[in-house]
Amino acid sequence: MSSSDTLDVVLRLLALFAVFLVFPLLVGQAEHKVMAHMQGRLGPMYAGGFHGWAQLVADGVKFAQKEDIVPADADRRIFQLAPAVALLPYLLVLVAIPIGPGRAVGWYIDAGVFFVLAVMGVGVLGSLMGGWASANKFSLLGALRTAAQLMAYELPMLLAAASVAMAAGTVSLPGILGAFHWWWVPWQAVGGLVFFTAGLAELQRPPFDMPVADSEIIFGAYTEYTGLRFAMFLLSEYAGIVVLCALTSALFLGGWHGPFGADGLGWVWMLLKTAVLAFVVIWLRVTYPRLREDQLQKLAWTVLIPLALAQIALTGVVKVAIS
Amino acid sequence: MSGTLAAGAHGFLSPTGIEIAFLLVGLVTLGAAVLTVTTRQLVHAALWLVVALGGLAVEYLLLTAEFIAWVQVLIYVGSVVVLLLFGLMLTKAPIGRSPDADSGNRPVALAVAGAAAIALVWVVLDAFRSTWIGVHGQVQGSTKVTGEVLFRHWVLPFEALSVLLLAALVGAIVLSRKRRADERADEEER
Repeated sequence: MSSSDTLDVVLRLLALFAVFLVFPLLVGQAEHKVMAHMQGRLGPMYAGGFHGWAQLVADGVKFAQKEDIVPADADRRIFQLAPAVALLPYLLVLVAIPIGPGRAVGWYIDAGVFFVLAVMGVGVLGSLMGGWASANKFSLLGALRTAAQLMAYELPMLLAAASVAMAAGTVSLPGILGAFHWWWVPWQAVGGLVFFTAGLAELQRPPFDMPVADSEIIFGAYTEYTGLRFAMFLLSEYAGIVVLCALTSALFLGGWHGPFGADGLGWVWMLLKTAVLAFVVIWLRVTYPRLREDQLQKLAWTVLIPLALAQIALTGVVKVAIS
Repeated sequence: MSGTLAAGAHGFLSPTGIEIAFLLVGLVTLGAAVLTVTTRQLVHAALWLVVALGGLAVEYLLLTAEFIAWVQVLIYVGSVVVLLLFGLMLTKAPIGRSPDADSGNRPVALAVAGAAAIALVWVVLDAFRSTWIGVHGQVQGSTKVTGEVLFRHWVLPFEALSVLLLAALVGAIVLSRKRRADERADEEER
């Protein structure tokens, strides 16, 4: 490996890290503002002067100042390790998502789809560890719900992703985008819907936020956390939104493909699609009530999985027909 | 058959570098596996299992079998361990030691594990002897290669396995249904 290669790798990692630090904050700030306007109020207006743009920075400072408390009966080491386990997988996943044609990807991974889904699943271990180690029954209930939800929603997510992989004939993310045509969007629409919905459930975003349902079990697995560790859990949720939206646009909406500006402007399309999907995630939070646990499970096993299987069948039929 | 010493001068992650990494990760995996079965804390055992399974995935990666590595993480770390933790939490696994969680099968388990390890090591040693497989250069474990081997040469075992899994699935459903029917009958008798 020559020194220019090393420099290349270092620059890519730095860029990824910057994206990882900035984008979740942007989504968080957008959530503050979009939710406020949808509910007929202003949202944060003071911090930073212009429309409260620095609210999340102020929140970060607040979190950093708080005392880091570990409950007396908790399993100390696991309790302290859990936020990192929750956050790091999303940083790793960002490495594999291509934002433009050619080499505009952190690291080319042959089995990219599997890498992304596998590593995203690991993040849930953080919630489980935190919930168990807190020595709090509400935390434990939250962790149980998290586990049940993951078991139910990982399968439809994987099936939907497999459908796209079948269509493209490859499981690498840049490969899938390279094989993309515009008519894939209607062809894979059902799969895309299933993937996005299951992804929301895996991130425990409303309307699938049973594991943190604040009116029932306080804040689920994160009940006992304060300060920076709590901030890390929150950050992992917003990083998860960025990752899910970027993945959905890469797999189902054509990523950097757009009607015009193919050369050089591909990344703008990618960011635009991701941003629109992130807006939809926030929109859903404001508009839909929380699903009950049995409704959640029923939706996954009786709606999403059959839909995903039907999508795979459709993909197979069309694939054979056009080849 | 390329030698190891000749290729050793290539700097960062040269073949010897990969070998050293492979050995170290193997030791970590072994250590985590031993801790999994010796720790007195139930949930810690499940978490050490995560480390052991993750270590195995890294070993696959070092052998360039990328697809197998990610599937290992997806299935074992992402699903099996989560299921295990789910079960442990349902049974209220306590924080701290649980000295009564010992079935007394330790000597038997040790004997079985030892016999299995000896058999596996012996089979692998006997099969490969001193064959040197270079992992640098052409990738031998890519998704494409794995897929072609699986669905051309091993398609019958693959299908047999899927039927086996289907049978297990149907069996699980039947068992869970049967118990519910029994309970209903009990309630009617009362």
